[in-house]
Amino acid sequence: MSPTLSNIDLPGFADPVAQAQASFRALLDAMARPGTIATAGQGLTPPAPLDPATAAVLLTLVDGDARLHLTPDCAAARDWLVFHCGTTPCDDSASAGFVATRTMPDLAHLATGTDEAPESSATLVLQVLALGSGPAFRLAGPGLKAPAIFRAEGLPPDFAARWAANHALFPRGIDLVLCAGTALAAIPRSITVTEA
Amino acid sequence: MTKPPAPSPPPVQEGSATVAARQRWMSVLARASAQSIATRLENVPPLPACTVLRGPESGLVMLRGRAGGGGGPFNLGEMSVTRCTVRSDTGFVGHAYVQGRDARQARLAAEIDAALQDPARHDELARAVIDPLAEAQTAARDSKAAKAAATRVQFFTMATMRTS
Repeated sequence: MSPTLSNIDLPGFADPVAQAQASFRALLDAMARPGTIATAGQGLTPPAPLDPATAAVLLTLVDGDARLHLTPDCAAARDWLVFHCGTTPCDDSASAGFVATRTMPDLAHLATGTDEAPESSATLVLQVLALGSGPAFRLAGPGLKAPAIFRAEGLPPDFAARWAANHALFPRGIDLVLCAGTALAAIPRSITVTEA
Repeated sequence: MTKPPAPSPPPVQEGSATVAARQRWMSVLARASAQSIATRLENVPPLPACTVLRGPESGLVMLRGRAGGGGGPFNLGEMSVTRCTVRSDTGFVGHAYVQGRDARQARLAAEIDAALQDPARHDELARAVIDPLAEAQTAARDSKAAKAAATRVQFFTMATMRTS
């Protein structure tokens, strides 16, 4: 066990099984209907700088077998994640299965999988300022009958262009989970994003 | 949606206890039943209020053994273990890993671990809870060892008879 165990002082899920299942369901719905906003992490008190939804997604998806990379802007929550997820974050973002961050990294530097094993790519858990407000994007692709409008505050101004490069790799590519407060939305790699 | 945290408790503190001392009381608590811990706790002022950080939750731990000094390790079997972590309102984090599935024992052991790290409570708790439990455990072990020793066969006697 890590010698930093006594530095954590905030609880994780109060009811780990039910809450992890509820968060997983929210994430599943968000992935299936790209751009719709689901809620996760109500009642969770994660350490700064994590929002409840970000923390709920990480508690749900990351375990001892997962490779998690934390960017420096999330490093303050490291001990809490080590304790509650049972994982040791890795320093290498290129081999990580999950990347938690508050600033959009260069997607080309993350694991995009291979054509034979596209599932070995990274899932980017990006905490933004707000979902449902801010600059608008048009999403289209599987899961959406008609193109949908999606708004998020805190994405880089050239997000659509950077996402286009990721989408072009399909079936390889990064899946994106956006979190803000207790709201979460997902943009799988199969989705095209244009500025609306 | 998120509740603002209630008046923030004091920051987490590092206890002054040495690793060996803490190992000792944690092992004593891990071997004591919830009932025997609760009985000893009746003699001391109540423990500080605690927030549960994790658990109590039960799981399985794979025990590994090895045959002989040069033998490779093998999986001996699984054992159920219950663990719990609490944070006391006085700012200490207490952990407990106990054998079996008794959530109450794990919770009590974690709360006492947190309280024992507090220099203000340590001596009194060690005297009223840990020492008596340790004594009872030693006595139980000695009595069992004595009973087993009584059934021991002295092969020495036969060896002596043969050579004489």
